Amino acid sequence: MNLSLLIFIPLLTAFVILLCRGEKQVRAAALAGGVAQMLAGFILLVAFWQERETGNTTQMLFQYNHQWFSPLQINYHVGVDGISVAMILLTSFVVLAGILVSWKLEKMSKEFFFLLIFLSIGAYGYFISLDLFTLFFFLEIAVIPKFLLIGIWGSGKKQYSAMKLALMLMGGSAMVFVGLLGLYFNTNAAGGLHSFDLTQIAQMHIPLRVQKLFFPFVFGGFGVFGALFPFHTWVPDGHSSAPTAASMFLAGISMKLGGYGCLRVATYLMPDAAHAYAPVIIVLATIAIIYGAFATMMQTDLKYINAYSSVSHCGFVLLGIAMLTQTSINGAVMQMVSHGLMTALFFAAIGMIYDRMHTRVAAQLGGLLKIMPFISTVFVLAGLCSLGLPGLSGFVAEATVFMGAWQNPDTLYRVATILSCASIVVTAVYILRAVGQAIMGPLKKTDQGNVGDASWNEKFAAVILLAGILAIGVAPFWLYKLISPAAEVVIQHVTNAVIKN
Amino acid sequence: MSHLSYIVWILLLPLANFALLGLTGRKLLKGISGVIGTSVLLVVAALASMAVYQYFFVYGKLDGIYHLINVLQFEWLKFSPNVSIGMGVALDPISVMMLFIVSVVSLMVHVFSLGYMKGEERFGTYYAFLSLFTFSMLSLVISTNIFQIYIFWELVGISSYLLIGFYYDKPSAVAASKKAFIVTRFADLGFLVGILILSFGAGTLDIHTLIIRLTTVQSPQLLGMTTSSFLGISALTWGLTLVFIGGAGKSAMFPLHVWLPDAMEGPTPISALIHAATMVVAGVYLVARLFPLYSFDVSSLNIVAYVGAISALLPAIIACTQNDIKRVLAYSTISQIGYMMFGLGVSGYSGELGLGYMASMFHLFTHAFFKSLLFLCAGAIIHLVQSNDVKDMGGLRKLMPITHIAFLVGCLSIAGIPPFSGFFSKEEILSAAYQSNKLIYGVGVFTSMLTAFYMFRLYFRIFHSRAQNRELAHGEGSLSMKLPLVVLAVSATLAGFVPFSLFVTPDHAPIEAHVDLIFSIFPVVLSVAAILFAARLYRTQNARPAKIATSLGKIYRFAYRKFYFDEIYLFVSKKIIFNLIGRPAAWIDKHIVDGLMNLLAATTVKISVLIKGFQSGKLQNYAVYFFAGIIGLAALFVYFRQSP
Repeated sequence: MNLSLLIFIPLLTAFVILLCRGEKQVRAAALAGGVAQMLAGFILLVAFWQERETGNTTQMLFQYNHQWFSPLQINYHVGVDGISVAMILLTSFVVLAGILVSWKLEKMSKEFFFLLIFLSIGAYGYFISLDLFTLFFFLEIAVIPKFLLIGIWGSGKKQYSAMKLALMLMGGSAMVFVGLLGLYFNTNAAGGLHSFDLTQIAQMHIPLRVQKLFFPFVFGGFGVFGALFPFHTWVPDGHSSAPTAASMFLAGISMKLGGYGCLRVATYLMPDAAHAYAPVIIVLATIAIIYGAFATMMQTDLKYINAYSSVSHCGFVLLGIAMLTQTSINGAVMQMVSHGLMTALFFAAIGMIYDRMHTRVAAQLGGLLKIMPFISTVFVLAGLCSLGLPGLSGFVAEATVFMGAWQNPDTLYRVATILSCASIVVTAVYILRAVGQAIMGPLKKTDQGNVGDASWNEKFAAVILLAGILAIGVAPFWLYKLISPAAEVVIQHVTNAVIKN
Repeated sequence: MSHLSYIVWILLLPLANFALLGLTGRKLLKGISGVIGTSVLLVVAALASMAVYQYFFVYGKLDGIYHLINVLQFEWLKFSPNVSIGMGVALDPISVMMLFIVSVVSLMVHVFSLGYMKGEERFGTYYAFLSLFTFSMLSLVISTNIFQIYIFWELVGISSYLLIGFYYDKPSAVAASKKAFIVTRFADLGFLVGILILSFGAGTLDIHTLIIRLTTVQSPQLLGMTTSSFLGISALTWGLTLVFIGGAGKSAMFPLHVWLPDAMEGPTPISALIHAATMVVAGVYLVARLFPLYSFDVSSLNIVAYVGAISALLPAIIACTQNDIKRVLAYSTISQIGYMMFGLGVSGYSGELGLGYMASMFHLFTHAFFKSLLFLCAGAIIHLVQSNDVKDMGGLRKLMPITHIAFLVGCLSIAGIPPFSGFFSKEEILSAAYQSNKLIYGVGVFTSMLTAFYMFRLYFRIFHSRAQNRELAHGEGSLSMKLPLVVLAVSATLAGFVPFSLFVTPDHAPIEAHVDLIFSIFPVVLSVAAILFAARLYRTQNARPAKIATSLGKIYRFAYRKFYFDEIYLFVSKKIIFNLIGRPAAWIDKHIVDGLMNLLAATTVKISVLIKGFQSGKLQNYAVYFFAGIIGLAALFVYFRQSP
């Protein structure tokens, strides 16, 4: 399969949207593009499966390498392993659902859909890149449109939030870039050419001194995207001010760009440093998990609740990575996929509620189950997934992280694991509080008598995301089979490096 | 075992029914959802009965010992090459017994609900949730893997949450459902960490392998778990105690019992099924499932015994003072589960020493029938009176003769009066306690007396005493509400005659156990005395109870306010967790962490003000810079492309 299709399809969609006249055409084009993306994602999954079945154990499949800028050895080098395939599928689910929930958007819908699709180009490109410069290039593509999406279509203190988000993510990117350059200039130990190529750098031994110097830049930079404490403060404001589809994309995909980078670039390419810095990251991730959960408990706005809970949940991703066992890394990737789907579903449900009730403050809502049973059910299911109910994806991911984390017998690691486990109780508290206030109880806003339940497009969006959540939650073995070999490569790398020292 | 592969259907049918009614029960199939659910359960109960017969009499016994049959086993989620969550169906005496109890009680509740929940707006949803619960509970009891137990443990928890909050527009129901889930979730944290400890030590999650590895003397895993310790307590004890905390939460043992009385906000048939007969005994079942480990590790078994004894005694005291019929029954449930717990706690492993275990399982069996009977009676009464308060009842024996007899059977059974079923199981628990721990035996006997008193206090106040002023038109409701009462009353009468020790023992080898008549005279006499005392106080309306209450003064108040547990919990959650942890966390995040970010931004702005000459703020200028930049870059590119 030609991976460039994943970039080409959204590019074409974006172009067609620009040519469209009228809302209807725009919507149709966006939907067609979204469906095509998802099909491409599934075709990729099947093709990937088939290759693996036939015994192709190459680390990266479907590689394509084209020189882009030879003086600096910048290549357009793409390829996928199981982790990338999982992330690509996640992206296609979230983008299609995002298009569907924005269906009725009236204000400048052409520009909106254009930017949304444009974001997905960045995400797909990022997940397939095997060249660090290309990777960075796509990372940036996935940042800038967010500024506009929040600034123009957002709500609340949207200017402030848009600026904050863009600046912090740019700051993160800058750190990443410094780190990448640092790596780049240390890739010619033998005196040859420098390289941005991920697979090549992985074969080299970057001196420990260099790793220790640049690892914090790369991990920290990606960590800003992945809500690493204390760089997480863009998350609550950014998510809450963004329009529904952008919130879904932000929490569902953008934050995963960070986790993916931490794993693929920072940990994989600088294994010694990853090992050395692991305790620091574990402490920060544990703080994010437990403190994020407590901070969520005090929120009153549904979007803030989900945004803060994302800080807590994404802490599991970083915790899983830093625990450096194969199981925990599996768990981290599962958590990325699971959280991506779950949080997108949550934001979608919150958006639907807000459209009808014109408030997101949980205490002002109430009894929604009576007037909008479908939306309420979706909200409750997203909440249950968030609190780690078995049968839904959140449980699978969290259980894997816990099991993986516990394999480290150090006291610090044990304490961190137990504290992270404790967050499941706090999560239950804030989720059930929100459900109890907004969904159950007597109907408070009676003036909104006949607001109506979800429309077809909203139902469709929810069903897509729910299908993903259930597919992982009920039958997690396929996801394990997909990502585990890829996680093993990373962990082998770390183990070899540690043994060598 | 292909002969037994039909057991899978016991699980799949309720699951399929949940999916069906969950999707269509709100509108399409709402009217007939009760009939569908009940018919499915009828099939399930029939299959479960067949399983009982085939396991105990055909396939289960090998060389005089019941052995474990794995009907199904597959890998659900792998963690590492050795450790994975397996899903499977394991049959052994206790899992088959539980299959029977759960499916039969669930069937009764399904039938009862046809009448009780009739006309309910979310009738279809109710049956969907009921199916979800039945599926989860059945899957829990046949688990092969400790994580499988945890998975279905959470699923029964969520079914319980959904059903307690079934009347979702009632704030008290919402609060109760939340409380139930969060308190048990807190306990589950212990369970989870316990699983982590045990699985790390044993290198497996499979229950059977886990038990073998950790009870084989000199196995490396056992050695590892007994030598490594934290705070002077071995890893094995930590693991087992933490797992027990999970069980104690689910089984509402002190001090994690606070959720159960509130859980009575749910529909009464639900209280009968989930909060009396099945889910709340999951904690007992968990300890029984891992019993070889507990009996190997004396310190954790002692914790089980003492927690059980305390949980038997204190709720019995509270129950003597309460006026809400369902709450009295809820406290009595905690107390009876306390019996089961300390029955396990005083038990040994092999041969005659396993009496406590056998008795505990026996009591679980009989309790399931008489307690669900009592709850369904309460449901019938509440249906008629439209109130939970005993003060609104009285003199009902003429109006509801069947319910009256059924309730009386339940009371006699729980009070341990021969020949009703509770007598046999309770006597065996007491006799096991007598052999190993006299203190716990004393508590057991005293509690048994209290039980007889508060149950008959309830009985006399409801069915005798003075009839209340209201004109109550309809009697006992439809046939669907009367039939389960009759079936359960008969079961509660006869269940005691099952020769349990031949079927369920810790080492799976049948033992001879018989009721020692001389030994049981003392507790029975005490119970009869308590019943007579209750009759004197409550048979007719008089001032004696009030007088006694005032003479007890503070002690009565203390019990009436349930030993202030709710207040303590409220204090801890509101004052400490919310105000001292949550609020500061949110404040710090907003003002300090984010404040630093804003400060950084503000500093940048200040600096930029100093050097802003370059930036005019005019878009045209930026465009010029922008294009100049592009041209510059392009020039660079062209230059580099030509140079090499």
